Amino acid sequence: MLKKRLISALLLQDELLVQSFGFERYLPIGKAKIAVEFMTNWDIDEILLVDMTATREGRKPNLDLISGVSARCFVALTVGGGISEIADIQGVIRAGADKVCINKAALANPEFITSAAEVFGTQCVVVSIDVKRHTPGGYEVFSDSGTTGTGLDPVAWARRCEELGAGEILLNSIDRDGSREGYDLELVRVVSAGVRIPVIALGGVGTMKHFADGAKLGNASAVAAGNIFHHIEHSTIVAKSFLKKSGIDIRLSTAAKYTGFVFDDAGRILKKPDEELEQIWLTRSRLEAI
Amino acid sequence: MPKSVQAQNLKIVIIDYKMGNLNSVKNALGFLGYRAEISDRREDVISADALVLPGVGAFGVAMRNLQLQGLIEPLGRKVQEEKTPFLGICLGMQLIAERSEEKGMHEGLGWIPGHVRRIKEDASIRVPHIGWNNTGILTKTPLFENIEDNPEFYYVHSYHFDCDAEFVAACCLYGSPLVAAVQRGNIHAVQFHPEKSQHNGLRVLRNFMNLVSAN
Repeated sequence: MLKKRLISALLLQDELLVQSFGFERYLPIGKAKIAVEFMTNWDIDEILLVDMTATREGRKPNLDLISGVSARCFVALTVGGGISEIADIQGVIRAGADKVCINKAALANPEFITSAAEVFGTQCVVVSIDVKRHTPGGYEVFSDSGTTGTGLDPVAWARRCEELGAGEILLNSIDRDGSREGYDLELVRVVSAGVRIPVIALGGVGTMKHFADGAKLGNASAVAAGNIFHHIEHSTIVAKSFLKKSGIDIRLSTAAKYTGFVFDDAGRILKKPDEELEQIWLTRSRLEAI
Repeated sequence: MPKSVQAQNLKIVIIDYKMGNLNSVKNALGFLGYRAEISDRREDVISADALVLPGVGAFGVAMRNLQLQGLIEPLGRKVQEEKTPFLGICLGMQLIAERSEEKGMHEGLGWIPGHVRRIKEDASIRVPHIGWNNTGILTKTPLFENIEDNPEFYYVHSYHFDCDAEFVAACCLYGSPLVAAVQRGNIHAVQFHPEKSQHNGLRVLRNFMNLVSAN
């Protein structure tokens, strides 16, 4: 059976890896290369590396950075940011990316999706869609890092992308970005139901349970998150452990242990019982005494 | 000479047809201690000890590029006549078929009988087939040494190699069974991406290099 995928979205501002909150505020994390090395060793299924400011600041993809990152990345790597022509795609793929993610270039010139798919295959072209919820009155696709409304309906635009040759949709909720409230499940559900290509849900994950909701209730093919994977020990392994407990078919690597985690109802990891910690401490002191 | 030293001197050529994810494969081999070179030169193909044909891209464009580069004839001679170990990955596996129906009808290299067809969609089968899937090993070819049963590998493709059962080494299930690996003598090819399948994938590449070293 094909597994649901757990994806780490690494957001960059030029070379700096950041956490993002509502497409407005950013918190510096560090170097992308180090994060990628951790993620790939921690059993992430795929990595998404997006330079959010490249297009806005008129930069091309940073090929040196991509080469450096891909050198130790033994899972699929999707690269986005600053891609607007075929030569850009050629560059990032040669630098070690497997797929590219386009957003503004697709909105500005939808035929670009088709020409990219003709050269690199549809499986290589991920179209990223940023969506804002209007209350009242449904959803709207936004461009330019969530600043400009396009008047497009996300389902209609996703369908159009599919027809034009997109291989996957990366669906990001602007309202949920950095909110820790969980995915906009209604949005994920309608877009997943509206297209025949895989949909990756992004935006809002605050607990491990949100991943399970995205996969089960949202019916996303892949669940992605940015912020939660930073500052939490073994975050990807804990996430997979929770997904497995929730009955979701997910890849487990033989090299890591997924048992022994205790969760609360929201999917937050709980402290182990005192007796168990004491036992671990005893075992360790016995080993270290030799 | 110890095997490890010998291995360093092998000429491993990753064929550059201007559209593969070439560096990923080079990086993975480098991680295992093998220095591979990426090349589009006939001389390098002719003098190679092992050939790797990776792949991201559309079938027709790939074949046209190989043709324009004048690589079809030397590749055929090396692999089919001289029996140089060959590893095809993803599109690299599909290119060894007789023909493909991806965006029109295209002739392939024709090293293994069979056709490349689009994966059949239905209510639960989204195309492309993207992600980790269990892979049933039908024939324990050298590529699958030291790999657990039913391993997970990473796939990204919309087309599959509908090939003569005789050459099928492994299958994965996505709606219907899809060919995941083929072998015909020195010709090895996989639909999944070993360079993107973490430990299991690195093991496949290690196995391929072991057979190259033993050759």
